[in-house]
Amino acid sequence: MSRPTSRLSLTRRALLQSSAVIAATSVLPSVGFAQSGGRLVVAADSEPKSLNPAIVASNGVFFISSKVVEPLAEASFDGKDGLAPRLATSWEGSGDGLSVTFKLREGVTWHDGKPFTSADVAFSALNVWKPLQNLGRLVFANLEAVDTPDDATAIFRFSKPTPFQLIRNALPAVTAVVAKHVYENSPDIAADPANTALTGTGPFKFAEHKPGEYYRLTKNEAYWGEGQPVLDEIIYRVLPDRAAAAGALEADEIQLAAFSQVPLADLDRISKVDGIKVYSTGYEGLTYQLTVEINHRRKELADLKVRQAIAHAIDKDFVVKTIFLGYARPSTGIVPHNAPEFYNADVPTYAFDVAKANALLDEAGYPRGADGNRFVLKLLPAPYFSETKQFGDYLRQALAAVGIDAQVVNNDPAAHIKAVYADHDFDLAIAPTVFRGDPAISTTILVASGTPAGVPFSNQGGYANPTLDALIAKANETVDVAARTALFNEFQQRVAEDLPLINVAEWGFITVARDSVLNVSNNPRWAVSNWADTALES
Amino acid sequence: MRRAFLLVRRRAISSIPVLLIVIVGAFLLLEAAPGDAVDAYLLSIGGGDPALVQSLRESYGLDQSVAARLWLYVTALLHLDLGWSVIFGRPVLDIILERLPNTLWLMGSATALAFGLGSLLGIVAGARPGSSADRTLSIGSLALYAVPNFWLGLVLSVVFAVQLRWFPTSGIETIASGKQGLARAFDIAWHLVLPVASLAFVYLALFLRMMRAGMAEAWRQDYVLAARAKGLARRRIVLRHVARNALLPLVTMLGLQAATMLGGSVVIENVFAIPGFGRLAQEAVAGRDAPLLTGIIVVSAVLVVLVNLLVDIAYALLDPRVGASDAAA
Repeated sequence: MSRPTSRLSLTRRALLQSSAVIAATSVLPSVGFAQSGGRLVVAADSEPKSLNPAIVASNGVFFISSKVVEPLAEASFDGKDGLAPRLATSWEGSGDGLSVTFKLREGVTWHDGKPFTSADVAFSALNVWKPLQNLGRLVFANLEAVDTPDDATAIFRFSKPTPFQLIRNALPAVTAVVAKHVYENSPDIAADPANTALTGTGPFKFAEHKPGEYYRLTKNEAYWGEGQPVLDEIIYRVLPDRAAAAGALEADEIQLAAFSQVPLADLDRISKVDGIKVYSTGYEGLTYQLTVEINHRRKELADLKVRQAIAHAIDKDFVVKTIFLGYARPSTGIVPHNAPEFYNADVPTYAFDVAKANALLDEAGYPRGADGNRFVLKLLPAPYFSETKQFGDYLRQALAAVGIDAQVVNNDPAAHIKAVYADHDFDLAIAPTVFRGDPAISTTILVASGTPAGVPFSNQGGYANPTLDALIAKANETVDVAARTALFNEFQQRVAEDLPLINVAEWGFITVARDSVLNVSNNPRWAVSNWADTALES
Repeated sequence: MRRAFLLVRRRAISSIPVLLIVIVGAFLLLEAAPGDAVDAYLLSIGGGDPALVQSLRESYGLDQSVAARLWLYVTALLHLDLGWSVIFGRPVLDIILERLPNTLWLMGSATALAFGLGSLLGIVAGARPGSSADRTLSIGSLALYAVPNFWLGLVLSVVFAVQLRWFPTSGIETIASGKQGLARAFDIAWHLVLPVASLAFVYLALFLRMMRAGMAEAWRQDYVLAARAKGLARRRIVLRHVARNALLPLVTMLGLQAATMLGGSVVIENVFAIPGFGRLAQEAVAGRDAPLLTGIIVVSAVLVVLVNLLVDIAYALLDPRVGASDAAA
């Protein structure tokens, strides 16, 4: 499983080349290529109810809001610890894990002209991230106070040792700073109208939202970044139909579609259209995994041999080639390759081997019946991506080859969430799980026990492993970076050994843009970063 | 006029139970679908912790029983309050009023085109049943009728928007163009050409075939024979005697089609990214937004009832026998 296929290595090489080209162009002064100004029109497939990234840390919200509201730091290909400064210029954790000191950027103003200070950071952390934000509630659970000795310093104080490594890795996603003066008198911050008409410090100001049609952002003339932003205007055009996005790109009505809004099947064709480029980089910080969730309440699935057999029955290379058309790579475990800080390649792997899978099932005591089947399973593929649905069909066939009759149950998104995460009405489910920079943010919850029913994207398969639980708990309070990383290395090994779930493949999204758009995909979270240097060629 | 008024009154009264059944039915159907608004919302934000899930359910009122929520909804509706949308966080009425004009334009134009062109071509075909013009039109309309409208929409979009670039691929008007008055009206019309065409062509076939069949039938009637015996010009017989009588069932069809077209617009609005009613309904179902979906259904039902009322009035004007009993009473 560790040997990549030739198709994949080709893709990897192409990836590296294209990112090298992008890096080169971003180093050169943009004056020679780009004309300052212009309107960039991009496709958007959804209109989030709240646009406030301080409350809702999700890609759908970030896609628009990241241009308006900035985090303390953003992900970066070449920065220290993979970060580039934004509203904070430096960050440092104390040895005991009880405090983190941020030095803040000076001379920054909010879009309404008021100065940005440490009071805004303290307010955001204590009144928004910690109590309200979907990810911040976890990351900042032990945040007790934020000291602001001066306008440019914020010191976060924790009641229990909190790993600085976690805080640092979470900075891009969970630390969008909102203005204290906008929210301080709000009776209900989560429902405040300011969440849809954002005020931020970012390179673009929120101008208008015409429901069902578009969002419009305009240039922030007073932005702190020198010579930034380059664009005058960004328009997010709402295009719910995926075919519509591809058509609009070809007709040059939009210049960019991110988050694979142009379906994989169309990429081959559209990449040949003159003036259109396909980018498969720029999502390294948002890696998704194709994961088989397992209901351990089923007697058969509680048997490790059966889970191993299922893992051996899946041809990961075939999945990558056929379902993802090469725009993915096989997974070896619960942490993706794109997280080099944590990724551990030294784990048990399960090569595609139908004979071995059959032998394991025989050994486990499930012989084939008269109809050739050993037992019947209920398989629920998540309907949110076409790839998860297609993998459902593949898995059904793959399991049939080893005598397991997997019956596919198709639901719409809300019904799927209820069936799997609340009612546990599944045997196998297929989920697109996300790695968000640190295993503690949304990865350990996939295998830890004790999460009550009804929490989506958590372990709802009834799996409980005290050793894993202890490892996770220990990592959550281990301040030393090397020790914490070692704990997560062991965590990955044990997950791969015991297979509470099966990680099949991992992928990033695809951006398709006109050639005229410059500086695309130049950081690992590009689609959800601020686009201050994005330019249009005249 | 009095006849028309009586018709309106009778129709208005009889539509109240219909609306009630529709409301309760829609509410319960959405309730029967697994998963609620909180599940849908959690999916869109990538999950949350147990306390968040609980507080969301409380703030959406989903911790109350179905009966309690239905009662609340119906009593509010009696005060003409359509409630508050869960997925948009805004009053349902505002959202509906924002989207309704787009759908009305789309449906209205498509219906007018389908009815106008359909009956016209039907007259051409029915003027000489069995002629080569009739054969060509009949086969052509059959082919059109067999085409699903989303497919037609995609093909029209690929050919006329992506390749020829005569029309925009999507949207209701040029985004953030600042156009006003006539320029804006022209812009909207230009954007509506492809969606209206893809919605209208399928129904056009239906009207064409009905018109043709009605006319073929009318040609065999005695009064047509009498008209011919009188020595009337063929053109006059076709228009005054044959076509006019064949038109009546088409008017009935028009009322029925209004409802179907509302359904068809769901697909077309998605393909052409028109922020209309159909797309809104789809979003409401996906988000399990009961107040919004029920609001949409109520307004759609009122719309269909209204269209049928107009059809009845038109009928009364076209055919003196209709509604005569009411006037006598």
